[in-house]
Amino acid sequence: MSGPSKFTPKSPFARWLERRLPILGFMYDSFVAYPTPKNLNYMWTFGAILSFMLVAQIVTGVVLAMHYTPETTLAFASIEHIMRDVNWGMFLRYAHANGASMFFLAVYLHILRGMYYGSYKEPREVLWIVGIAIFLLMMASGFLGYVLPWGQMSFWAATVITNLFTAIPVVGQSITDWLLGGYSVDNATLNRFFALHYLLPFILVAVVAIHVWALHVTGQNNPTGVEVKEVEKETVPFTPFATMKDAFGIGAFLVLYAWMMFFVPNYLGHPDNYIEANPMVTPAHIVPEWYFLPFYAVLRAIPNKLLGVIALFSAVLIPAALPWLDTSKVKSGRYRPWFRKAFWVFVAVSLGLGYLGAQPAEGVYLWAARILSAYYFFHFLLLLPWLGKHEKTRPEPESISSSIAAANAVTEDASHV
Amino acid sequence: MSDDTIAQPHRRDILYIATGAMATVAAAGAVWPLLDQMNPDATTLALSSTEVDLTGIVPGQIVTVKWRGKPVFVRHRTPTEIAEAENTPLASLPDPEADSKRVKKPEWLIVVGICTHLGCIPIGHEGEFDGWFCPCHGSTYDTSGRIRSGPAPSNLEVPNYVFVSDTKIKIG
Ligand code: HEM
Ligand code: FES
Repeated sequence: MSGPSKFTPKSPFARWLERRLPILGFMYDSFVAYPTPKNLNYMWTFGAILSFMLVAQIVTGVVLAMHYTPETTLAFASIEHIMRDVNWGMFLRYAHANGASMFFLAVYLHILRGMYYGSYKEPREVLWIVGIAIFLLMMASGFLGYVLPWGQMSFWAATVITNLFTAIPVVGQSITDWLLGGYSVDNATLNRFFALHYLLPFILVAVVAIHVWALHVTGQNNPTGVEVKEVEKETVPFTPFATMKDAFGIGAFLVLYAWMMFFVPNYLGHPDNYIEANPMVTPAHIVPEWYFLPFYAVLRAIPNKLLGVIALFSAVLIPAALPWLDTSKVKSGRYRPWFRKAFWVFVAVSLGLGYLGAQPAEGVYLWAARILSAYYFFHFLLLLPWLGKHEKTRPEPESISSSIAAANAVTEDASHV
Repeated sequence: MSDDTIAQPHRRDILYIATGAMATVAAAGAVWPLLDQMNPDATTLALSSTEVDLTGIVPGQIVTVKWRGKPVFVRHRTPTEIAEAENTPLASLPDPEADSKRVKKPEWLIVVGICTHLGCIPIGHEGEFDGWFCPCHGSTYDTSGRIRSGPAPSNLEVPNYVFVSDTKIKIG
């Protein structure tokens, strides 16, 4: 993976450039010759899908910014102007708004892939933590972007989220005033949120580069969780194998994305966001975007302001500690029967929290949210450390090649029947 | 560094430390304007006071006025509401405060209309205690604007205000 480049420049210009800036060799080693395990499944195409979505958000965002006005009396109208008057404006906006949802769908699947196959374990801890940093930056970008259309949901999301900081003892209120640039969400807030919404995606690009760098140092994990032993036998070059498979994955993902944006563009949005922001009236039922719902449910489950905010941030950050919470030596969920069950329960609990985050915080919903929130933390803090020590795992294969050979033997047996 | 140099600091070491310290102070000084520019600016601070004419507000009515970009509730309380507020035992309150400390004249309750949980605007005449109910996460307030149930930690804030005349107040 590391070591001297195997790249041989062919043209005289390439040779000239390579002696001065070895960028062609770097690209060749990273995206052509780079060895990828043979046995990767389609869950490994989400990295490419995420890279594609980041570029898509930047491209659609920059063109939207050419027509959008970050000023409280004009912002809402400028969105309607984009929707009605700007050439292709409606599609550009729907592409960006639904693009954010698709981006989060992809990141959640990518994270769950890592959890199932134990990709956060030694030696990929730093890779994993950089991934969580990407997730946080995405959340910040998504939140800031949602404020820009200056609808009722935009305004009240901005109010509730910035007020989370008032929970901090002593300095909380000053921090919130500082974030808002005033005593309530207003023009100063909108203007800076736009500046930051423009900035963060480019910081994301840089952090993604670090993520890929760390990946290319440790190499990819694979469904067996057993590290590559013989590069020659167990890997294939990135191009054409991974490039083609990733391209296919992106294509399939685009079918869903296109369907969302062309056929149900407002399905994931909230109708109240087509009402202009009114600082004097809170909508009767406010909900964040779907991708924040599980965390929102955790916040509301706790009847104390400070503890609720602490629980919210812990729920977001706790996955970063997975490399140390999951004590099992076996990486892949394939060979961990109990972990596998726990994993799917965890997925169900997270989806349940997402559902509850959209319901009113009262009665049976509130109690369900309390139970599921408790389980969420139980999974990370008690269940995983305990399982790692006590679970009876199934034997891992010798190597990637032996697991492929075994799988082939099974299919051959089947074809003889 | 050998033990010798630690035991006998050289003049150079003092210079290094002094230079480093000055550089840190200078860097912090340069960063401060970059951070402080985000704080409320002069125009925001200048929006200081609002006057409210009370004559049109009938008993039982709540009027919302804007002060520093925030809603302020001006509530003309009925005798029953006043009695409810005054007779509540302090021990039953999450944030104990006597009603008399929160009003200048018992008929008039003036509070900032922002839920002390996460900043939503509570709805008047709703919730178990006839005061306000916050739609966001379900906090309820009584007829003195005191928190009674839900995640909000404290009572609705009473802004600084004065009675300019019997029928007019100035907030801020
Ligand atoms: C990490 C990548 C990004 C994410 C997750 C993201 C997310 C969002 C979201 C959720 C909205 C609200 C959509 C709506 O409901 O209308 C939005 C709006 C907006 N974004 Fe982004 N965005 C990203 C990158 C960018 C970039 C790089 C720009 C470039 C300036 C940009 C410019 C805008 C503009 C002008 C709006 C307002 C127009 C609108 O609401 O449709 N975005 N963004
Ligand atoms: S903002 Fe009022 S209860 Fe949360």
